[in-house]
This record gives sequence, C-alpha cells and structure tokens, in this order.
Amino acid sequence: MSLTDSVPGETSTSDDLVISVKGLTKRFGDLTAVNGVSFSARKGEILGLLGPNGAGKTTTIQLMLGLTTPTSGEIHILGLDLRKHRRQILKRVNFASAYISLPSNLTVEENLTVFSRLYGVRDFRRKVADLLELFEIPHTFKQVTGALSTGQITRLNMCKAFLNDPDVLFLDEPTASLDPDIADKVRKALREIQRERGVTMIYTSHNMQEVETMCDRVIFLSRGEIVAQGAPAEVLKNARADTMEEVFIAIARNGSLRDVAAEDDD
Amino acid sequence: MWLRVGAMVARYMYLYRRSLARSGEVFFWPVMELLVWGFLMTYLRRHMLPAAIVWLLGGMIFWDVLYRSQQAITLSLSEDIWAKNLINLFIAPISVFELLLATCFMGVIKATITILVLGTLASVLYAFNILTIGAALLPFMLVLLLFGWALGTFTMGLILRFGKAAEALVWGIPFLVQPFSAVFYPVDVLPLPLRYVAYLLPSTYVFEGMRAVVSDGTFDVRTLGIAFGLNLVYLGLGSLFFGLMLRVVRERGYISRLGME
Repeated sequence: MSLTDSVPGETSTSDDLVISVKGLTKRFGDLTAVNGVSFSARKGEILGLLGPNGAGKTTTIQLMLGLTTPTSGEIHILGLDLRKHRRQILKRVNFASAYISLPSNLTVEENLTVFSRLYGVRDFRRKVADLLELFEIPHTFKQVTGALSTGQITRLNMCKAFLNDPDVLFLDEPTASLDPDIADKVRKALREIQRERGVTMIYTSHNMQEVETMCDRVIFLSRGEIVAQGAPAEVLKNARADTMEEVFIAIARNGSLRDVAAEDDD
Repeated sequence: MWLRVGAMVARYMYLYRRSLARSGEVFFWPVMELLVWGFLMTYLRRHMLPAAIVWLLGGMIFWDVLYRSQQAITLSLSEDIWAKNLINLFIAPISVFELLLATCFMGVIKATITILVLGTLASVLYAFNILTIGAALLPFMLVLLLFGWALGTFTMGLILRFGKAAEALVWGIPFLVQPFSAVFYPVDVLPLPLRYVAYLLPSTYVFEGMRAVVSDGTFDVRTLGIAFGLNLVYLGLGSLFFGLMLRVVRERGYISRLGME
C-alpha cells in the first residue's frame, strides 16, 4: 500500500467534518501548483500542511480562503461550498501569517477596533482586552503597531485572527522569526484556545519540532501533490524515520518518501 | 453593511489623524498649488481681463476636487497594499463593493475639506469668492466627484493587476485627462479632433460650465445632464474593469504579490 493511499488517523464521520477538499487543482499556465489534492479536517483538529518551498502549501491556503480561484475541484468549509458561500464562510474563518501585517501607523486599539467592526464582534472592547491578555500584550493597547517588536506584532496578528471566534483558523508559519520563548507562548495560547473552543486549525510551518507538538495530523505536499499524510507518529513509522525533519528533508530532496524507505532497506 | 463601511472609513481616518504626511496630502499640496496660481492671478490681474483670471483659480480649485476624489480611492487601497494588510481585508467578510464605497466616502470627505480650505484661502488671499458660481457649484462638484471615483476605480483595477509596477498611476492617471478637460482654457483652443475627445469627458462640461457662469451668468442644465450621463457610463465601465481585474488576480494568484511581498 502506498503512503498516500491511506488516510491514517482520519476516522471522522461526515458530521464532524469541518473542511472537505476534493480533487483540488490549480494551474498557472504550464505550472501545476496544486494537483488533485483531497483531504479533510475534523472539528478541533490541528492539521499541518507541510512541504518544501514551492510545494503548494500557500496556494492551497489561498484557494481555501477564496483568494485564488481553483482550476478544478471542490472546497467545502463548515458544510458550505466556498464558491457559493464565500462571505458566509469568511465570517467564521480567520487567517494569520508571518508575512502579512496590520497597518503599522495605526495603534493596536485602532487596528483591533477596525477588524472587530468588520467582523461584527459584539462587546469588542472586552473581547480585545481578553485576547491581548491571553497573548500577554495588554500593555501595547495604546501603542502604534509599527513601534512593536516582531514578537508583539505576531501576537497582535493572532489577536486579530481570534477576534471573530473563528471555527476554522489558517495559520501560515505563525511562529516564523520569533524567539523560542515567544514562540512557545504563542503555541501554548493556540493550544489553549483550540482545547477550549474546538477550533480547527490549518497550520503551516518549517519548524518540524513544532509540527510534531502542535499537529494532530499532517499532510506533506511535494510539487502540488500529497505525498504523505497521517498522525505525526504514523508518518514517522511509515517513513521509517526518527524525526519529522528527516521526513521533510527526504521529501524536499526526493519528492517522495519511497526513496527514504528504500535507503533504509538497503 | 454600513458597520463594515464605517469601519473602513474609520481605518482611513485614523491614518490621516496620525500621519502628518497623509494629512499634508489633503492640506499642504492643494494650498501650495493655490499659492502658485493665486500669485500668477495677481500678476495677470495687472495685465489681463479679470474674468479670464477667475477661470484660472476656479479651474485649479475644481481640478483639485476631481484629483482628491480619484486619489481617495487609489491611495486608500494602495495604503493597504503597502501595509501588507490587503489579505486581511480580502479575507474579512466585507465585499469589494463595500470596500470601494468606503473609499468613495473618503473621496467626499477629502474633496469637501479641499474645497473648504481652498475656497476660504482664495477668498482671504486673492479676493476670489468661489460662491459667486452660485447654485451650479454643487452639481459641478458632484460631477467632478463622480468622475474622480470612476477614474479611481479604473486606476485601482490597474494596480490590482500590475501591482507595484503600476503605483505611479495613482498620481498619474488624472493628468491623462487634464489636457482634454479644458481646465485652464476653453475647449475651442483645442484642435478639432481633440475637442471630440474633450466632450467625451464629464469634467470638460464642468470647466466650460464654470467659465460660462463666471463670464455671462449662464448655466446650461442640458450639458450638465450630459456630464452626469457620461459619469454613469464611466462609473459602470470603471466598476466592470475593476471586477475583471479582480477576477484575473484571483485566477492567476497575484494576491500574494499584492499582499505578502
């Protein structure tokens, strides 16, 4: 059985499926960035979307947020077809990335007020205060965003991402460029929210240790295709690897896990 | 819908409140421009007919209404591209229409401030009273505001499609129509083929209309109707173009180029 045939760890029924992606393909001219990708995520699950640069992770997330139009395939989020119900879905979804920012010349208060209104958050002052407390940056409330440290900006982005109590959260390398202490704080806060509210998270990271601790299940992409998926322990077992980093390197260099397994056999 | 539009207007107002450079864009440059044209008017007043002089200052103030209106749309969205905030907005439950509506409100605010500041200064410094244009002032302003929105929507379509390479168009596009709008001279000084181009622009009817009001007190409602009709066409075309460019951006995955680089 090939590593991609099975969906280890996926025992969900259709009732608790929060994300369902079927045959998702995106072509940019001659380049196929995502090729017939299918996967699903359950309520409260943290699903790691992994792979080397150019594997198709960012494109997949952009497709799932409706920022890019798929060439073919279906995306259902919270039981709704993304093509037909994008705005309804966006009310219950959010996104944070190390590569996007909030306007640097607005204060933390102003930025969070604007996005609270965009998401129609009730009692947003209390909500904002709670989130700033959770991410340990309440003292930044009146500060201009551009004057914050990288770690504070990342945590502010997290606050914005949780303003609407999302059912689904897309996190694109949320701890990139953070020092280990702040990264740990962010991971703990994410875990806490995930436990309390059962938020489904799609998580990308190049930090494989982080992936092992954070993700319930991972999907490895290479050249736009799924080459391995399952719970981290199952992926390690199937790949006959000791660490996720080995798996990552093997996929980055060979495009699949079969060669690693073969090398081990030799 | 109005809560979301209000949120975006607040977002742009916060920016202007805090940034001297941004608020300077509303006050400083128009005032500098007024001073240049005002001193020129003072000089010309000694040698030329007074009526012709009024065209210049009136033309300058009216032109600024169109310019600020176009810039309100293009600069507002460009700010979000520069701040890497565009993706945050595009994944928020706000429609593109609501986003554009918020920028149009910013156009109204900026154009109103511009005309109040310039009108007052022109009156105090150069004894030029813009209110002498009378009841025609409001419809003239409205035509220019709407044409500015149409140009702004078209410009934003280009910026979405071509990204930072097209940023110069934020400031440049209005000047493509300026020579044909007969801002500082009557249409009949243009060569015949260019007069046809001029009469395809709503702004031309305003500047011609202003000169007519100032010269002989006549106000042609029919030409104003043509200007409003043309505005409807250009607003429709601008919106279609913006929608088309947005579709291209989504199909070709350019959104990350706009929002993450």
